[in-house]
Amino acid sequence: MTSIAKPKIVHAGLRRNGLGLTIRDYEGGMSTLCAGCGHDSITAAIVQAFFELDVPPHRVAKMSGIGCSSKTPAYFLGASHGFNAVHGRMPSIATGACAANRELYLIGVSGDGDSLSIGLGQFAHAVRRNLDMLYVIENNGVYGLTKGQFSASADVGSKAKRGEENRQPPIDPVQMAMALGGTFVARGFSGDKEQLVPLIKAGLQHRGFALLDVLSPCVTFNDHEDSTKSYAYTRAYRRAVVHADFIPSRQPITAEYAEGEVLSVELHDGSRVLLRKVSKDYNPNNRGAAIDYIRARHRAGEIVTGLLYMAEGDPDLHGVNKTVATPLNELPFDMLCPGRDALAALQSRFR
Amino acid sequence: MPQEDRVNDFVIKLANVNGTGSASANSLLMKAIFRMGVPVSGKNFFPSNIQGLPTWYEIRVSEAGHLARSGRVDVMVAMNAQTYVQDLHDVSPGGTLIYDSTWPRDKLLSRPDIQILGVPLARMCNERFKSARTRILMKNMAYVGALVALLDLDRSVVEQLVQETFAKKASAVGANLEAIELGYRYARETFDCPLPTRVEPRNATAGKIMIDGNTATALGCVYAGATVGAWYPITPSTSVMDAFKSFCERFRTDPQTGERRYCVIQAEDELAAIGIVLGATWNGARAFTPTSGPGLSLMSEFLGFAYFAELPAVVVDVQRVGPSTGMPTRTQQADILSAAYASHGDTKHVLLFPAHPRECFELAVAAFDLADRLQTPVILLSDLDLGMNDWMCDELEWDPAYRPDRGKVLDAAELEAAQAFHRYLDVDGDGIPYRTLPGVHPKGAYFVRGSGHNRYGTYTEDAREYQEVVDRLRRKWGTAAELVPQPVIRTHPKTDGWGIVAAGSSDPAVLEAVDRLADKGIYVDYCRIRAFPFGRQVERFLETHERVFVVEQNRDAQLKALLTLETDCPKERLEAVLHYGGLPVDAGLVVEAVERAREQGVAA
Repeated sequence: MTSIAKPKIVHAGLRRNGLGLTIRDYEGGMSTLCAGCGHDSITAAIVQAFFELDVPPHRVAKMSGIGCSSKTPAYFLGASHGFNAVHGRMPSIATGACAANRELYLIGVSGDGDSLSIGLGQFAHAVRRNLDMLYVIENNGVYGLTKGQFSASADVGSKAKRGEENRQPPIDPVQMAMALGGTFVARGFSGDKEQLVPLIKAGLQHRGFALLDVLSPCVTFNDHEDSTKSYAYTRAYRRAVVHADFIPSRQPITAEYAEGEVLSVELHDGSRVLLRKVSKDYNPNNRGAAIDYIRARHRAGEIVTGLLYMAEGDPDLHGVNKTVATPLNELPFDMLCPGRDALAALQSRFR
Repeated sequence: MPQEDRVNDFVIKLANVNGTGSASANSLLMKAIFRMGVPVSGKNFFPSNIQGLPTWYEIRVSEAGHLARSGRVDVMVAMNAQTYVQDLHDVSPGGTLIYDSTWPRDKLLSRPDIQILGVPLARMCNERFKSARTRILMKNMAYVGALVALLDLDRSVVEQLVQETFAKKASAVGANLEAIELGYRYARETFDCPLPTRVEPRNATAGKIMIDGNTATALGCVYAGATVGAWYPITPSTSVMDAFKSFCERFRTDPQTGERRYCVIQAEDELAAIGIVLGATWNGARAFTPTSGPGLSLMSEFLGFAYFAELPAVVVDVQRVGPSTGMPTRTQQADILSAAYASHGDTKHVLLFPAHPRECFELAVAAFDLADRLQTPVILLSDLDLGMNDWMCDELEWDPAYRPDRGKVLDAAELEAAQAFHRYLDVDGDGIPYRTLPGVHPKGAYFVRGSGHNRYGTYTEDAREYQEVVDRLRRKWGTAAELVPQPVIRTHPKTDGWGIVAAGSSDPAVLEAVDRLADKGIYVDYCRIRAFPFGRQVERFLETHERVFVVEQNRDAQLKALLTLETDCPKERLEAVLHYGGLPVDAGLVVEAVERAREQGVAA
């Protein structure tokens, strides 16, 4: 994907994180997306999340498929390894990456076209395997690179820029992920960085598959009055039902969160996610009820956001496979090759 | 009619009904002959079906060590009423047909030029065994017993094999031995035993094993240090992963904790299987996927990606009959071109052609080394005949000094010392760049992409920069030609200047054909190709032989086409000898083709 190198200017007073790095160290190339693209806001949130988590950039593997969203890994964490895969197949690359090295931070960035059409199968199986990664869908309901066709997330009745009306029901990645057993399912809005950053941080620290569907309006092809994925519509009809606060393991939990209003979930590294219920009707621990609620609000034209469902402790890919704790790519050859004597002994059964 | 004396040189064919449990009886029969020191080979012809349809097992006994099909049937065991007519027809003159005489088959089984022996297998087993399933299973062992007597097999060897085969199910041992005794006694009491067609002990199988190619391939993957296997089940490659998992369970699982030093992922499809492999190799694990033709078609997109982005990958393609779904349980070598050029654009892949299970093991290890060294996919082209049938081959050996060739991977210390890292620079002039693994060092970060990139790894649409990269990939291809396994060339001291070229499982048929031609005074050289790119030795063989027969198992002469495209050999020099019905090739086809050409040549 295209990008323009960004000059790195570090002011002396710029805040440094626990690693002594500034936020500039978490940036990538200049974006070549349209001015005002929601994806760029998500990029900024990702940059901030990694910076605040004190993650060494080279310990991050960022992956994507094909499409506008899939260009964005070039625009954050320039010092990370990137993998721009083929259309819709980033989840399998992530699966292999995770299998080989379970200690990397994996972040995949995809779009509604990439994940919900050609990549629907791989997306579904990544959820099902509880792959340890953060999977961000930058969801704008439209194909931008091929100039404005509906994607599979376009709502019934929404219109394309040229006036054509969509009549097919949308695929909602959030409902799908919940139905498939996803252990961390969240929805955000690119225009709400305050909500987005803790969701990204919590998703990165969650052991297992963390889906973050982010409504990210396409200013060129889908930001008009007949769109349900426009800035105006999203701002008007968005309903944040759960607010997530992310507390890194090294910070104490302050007393401002009263018991009863807040659900505290401890992550595997000792960090905590505090789920503050904004809507009294919502229960982020009940998968079935959460799906019912999201569906009901969708019928009413509303978009439910927040950390919508979370479960800790389910085995991830390595838990199911019982893989050894040492990353497979670091195992010495002597621990892998059975050797000459074993081969000789084995062959007695072939005579 | 009087029967020809065929000691240690005959074919037994067993016609069964799929799903009746005949496989263990047939395999036991073959192994007994092997343990008597006589070379043997077995071919299973089975339907793409669970049960009920006809299935055949063919055992060639050959003191001379010929392992291909011979084209004849000396002893037929006809256990399938559906195929009596065909089975009767297939017996060579002077041969013997054995059938279950529980039911009268006189009208069907009439042929004056063969000997027909009836053994009341079902009746004997029905009288002896209680359960319906046992009666069916034991019929198979009863015909083994009859053959022990008729072929003069060593009964103690057979009994030992029964003990070993059913070691985990002691109750089965007694029943099987009883069934063998039933058949044995009946044959001894009823017929002149042994037949002129019989086995005499020899010492020609010492140092040999019987193993199928898929098991040997899986062992190669284990010994090469592969830790990630991804796959989608498909006949005939499924047993590669079954065996890999089983060996890993045995050798790579901590007995105390149950922790595994491997990760096998059954993918949702072949698109994902190869993606998982690439994700793993990008992160420095050795990873592979077994598949067959239809799976390879699905993997093509990612294979092109891996070629251009320069990622290692090992694909084991156990070929079956195409096009499309084709005949899933029949054999062919028809993926050669699609494997060589899988994906769009100027893409080509390293191919390896094992010809026997030992080579499946060795070339599987070589595949990982080549993939890592060249940073590119390597496709091991096996086939159903090689992969699923038991072959006699030399014992597998392992050099304890072996260490994987991981190629040009910069470690943390090298990156720390380096001024800068650029992914696609040809530092050494061999076309192979240096790579880094995620997470190792901040200086190693770069972007893997299938889109146009320059020698620094940055996206480009600049013509010059793009061409610089693809031209280097061509240089790397030249390096590959030097690194891949060289052909096995067998020259005849009295050579006529004619040659045969073949690859993979066609080898036993060609070896036998070369011997048979020599017996007829026709002396041909033989070049068995083991890899693509072909390399200098193959080029030279083609240059130095005025006429070259290319023996292969497909309709369109794919290997010949590849030789025409990728060497300087004039097209007219190559003559296709083709076999593509789905059964393994036999020597007769090759002998006839060369003889015919000879007659035409002489006439001309």
